[in-house]
Amino acid sequence: MALAVQTKGLTRVFDAKRKFLRRRKPENGEPAGPVTALDGVDLEIRDGELFGLLGPNGAGKTTLIKILCTLLLPTSGEAFVAGYDVTKDPFPIRTKINMVSGGETSGYGLLTTRENIWMFSQFYGVPSKVAKPKIDELLHTFGLWDKRDSKVRVLSSGQRQKMNMIRGFVTDPDILFLDEPTLGLDVNASRVIREYVMNWVRGQKGKTVLLTTHYMMEADDMCDRLAIINNGRILAVDTPGNLKRRLKKDTTFRLEVDPLKDTSPLKGIAGVKNFSETSDGGGSVLKLTFILEEESAVSDIMSEVVRQGSKIHYLHKSEPTLEDVFISMVGRSLE
Amino acid sequence: MNPTISRHWRSFKWAAWLGWQIESNWTRPSLFAIYSVIKPIASAFILVLMYVAFAFIGKIDDPALFNFVYVGNAFFIFVGNTLFGTFQVIQQDREWYQTLRYTYISPISYYTYIVGRATTKVVVAAFAVLITLGFGVGFLQIRLVLALGDLPLFVAAFLLGILTLVGIGVCLAALSFLTARHVHGLAEGIPGLFYLFCGILFPLSILPQWAQFVGRALPLTYWFEITRRLVLPPEYQIDTGIVGDPLTMLGLLAVSAAAFFVLSIGMFRWMEYLARKAGKLDMTTSY
Ligand SMILES: Nc1ncnc2c1ncn2[C@@H]1O[C@H](COP(=O)(O)OP(=O)(O)OP(=O)(O)O)[C@@H](O)[C@H]1O
Ligand SMILES: [Mg+2]
Repeated sequence: MALAVQTKGLTRVFDAKRKFLRRRKPENGEPAGPVTALDGVDLEIRDGELFGLLGPNGAGKTTLIKILCTLLLPTSGEAFVAGYDVTKDPFPIRTKINMVSGGETSGYGLLTTRENIWMFSQFYGVPSKVAKPKIDELLHTFGLWDKRDSKVRVLSSGQRQKMNMIRGFVTDPDILFLDEPTLGLDVNASRVIREYVMNWVRGQKGKTVLLTTHYMMEADDMCDRLAIINNGRILAVDTPGNLKRRLKKDTTFRLEVDPLKDTSPLKGIAGVKNFSETSDGGGSVLKLTFILEEESAVSDIMSEVVRQGSKIHYLHKSEPTLEDVFISMVGRSLE
Repeated sequence: MNPTISRHWRSFKWAAWLGWQIESNWTRPSLFAIYSVIKPIASAFILVLMYVAFAFIGKIDDPALFNFVYVGNAFFIFVGNTLFGTFQVIQQDREWYQTLRYTYISPISYYTYIVGRATTKVVVAAFAVLITLGFGVGFLQIRLVLALGDLPLFVAAFLLGILTLVGIGVCLAALSFLTARHVHGLAEGIPGLFYLFCGILFPLSILPQWAQFVGRALPLTYWFEITRRLVLPPEYQIDTGIVGDPLTMLGLLAVSAAAFFVLSIGMFRWMEYLARKAGKLDMTTSY
């Protein structure tokens, strides 16, 4: 089967020196030196696949998409999209792809919604006979019909995002890159988009989608295959079902306890494969999710909690979810 | 159509369309029309005030000189608008509209796209120039003559002058792929330089020797010289210190337009490459 996307040892290092460059999500204590956003990524996405990229903030998802979209050059390694090298042959790639990135509000405020989409369709040379009805259809599908003749500057950010989704589909790309497409959208709009994307890929031949997301449910429900990425490295690539099966032998326990002074001893307990912690209720409750190789480790966990003078409010054993797969590999939860 | 030509054509056409929407769509059409007329007339009044002040202080009262200055300033509208308009395209798309990444990854020629956007600026400027000249003729005793036989020369000089400006503008735009702040200064400074050294406000001949030398090295000097020779009546011609027949000057303009065209393509490719390498194509600067 032909490959829509292929990367070989793809690496991207960012120079952190430039002060005037405002980073996406500056975090305190970020290293002052260069940042390795992608570190030897080998990935193969087949034609016709709905492929998901799952990883925490800063994992390198957007960086990978930018390289594949010809917006960014790799530092080393190779990447091919539709068989063309992103470094040497960006132009033929551009005729076959499109990209939509969620959570941003791009668009020409002085144009109407329809004009904005129309103009981009013309950049791709979509004939007007095709573009006009298609734009109308998509405006209906994404619930933007009412706003078709509104200036973009009066659209809400969610509406702008829907407009950008339409911009992505109207050019009928072979490969569509969606960077967190449902970020910040309401439940209904997210559902519409998910369904549309799935039908778009599965209802016709030769359409490939690479999607990044923070939503486990989205990744689990939508994707044919998933890559789990952390710190610029691909940790696993498989179908959601197979990823979950990897944990079949393991058990998942969820605990809610009073905040602990120190969670590091939990890691050392025999039988604990990995765990994640999130605090809730303004820091009054600590939620712990454990992936256990041996169920007996539960008693050691409980004694450690009690030893630190904390109380257990809740304990629950569950089937492994994709979230648990993620926790077992990355050591933190996504939510 | 040949695919390459069709790509450049659609890049140009839709960029020009977009540019026009941005220029004209910010208010109601009636207001836009009024604004387009008032703005150049207001600038013309500033010139009149300047001239009156000069006449008062320096006791210069020379209609030929006023014509010289007025026509020069009217045509200078092209310079600022074209240069700044071309330079701004990248920064606007990248930071105001945040569309640059989507435009950039579409199968257009981004270079041609910039030129298309710039063309709108030239058209808008042309309108302002016409209003300014018309106002001058109607109310300020500006006299213009343009023989039909001179029209081809006038148009050729105009096109080459604009091409040179667009070339310089694209060079600046290309630089702004990498940095916004410093280029902004350049884009404001360069028209000022031209204003001083290209014989817009005063004839080259009254400048010191070194400045005259600079002026002669700048291609726009010849565009303004040709234009004035063609549109001002014989009795209003003043000695600007530039000798040479118009065709030679036109040749010089052609060479400079070609040089800046080549330079702009080179700069564009190079800066685009550096920006793609550094990850700055879709940066947002705090500037
Ligand atoms: N232009 C840049 N300059 C410097 N560092 C960058 C740049 N872009 C990304 N980085 C760094 O590269 C790393 C990966 O960033 P990237 O945006 O790819 O993460 P992500 O997986 O998309 O995260 P998120 O889920 O938050 O969107 C981060 O550490 C980030 O700070
Ligand atoms: Mg991202």
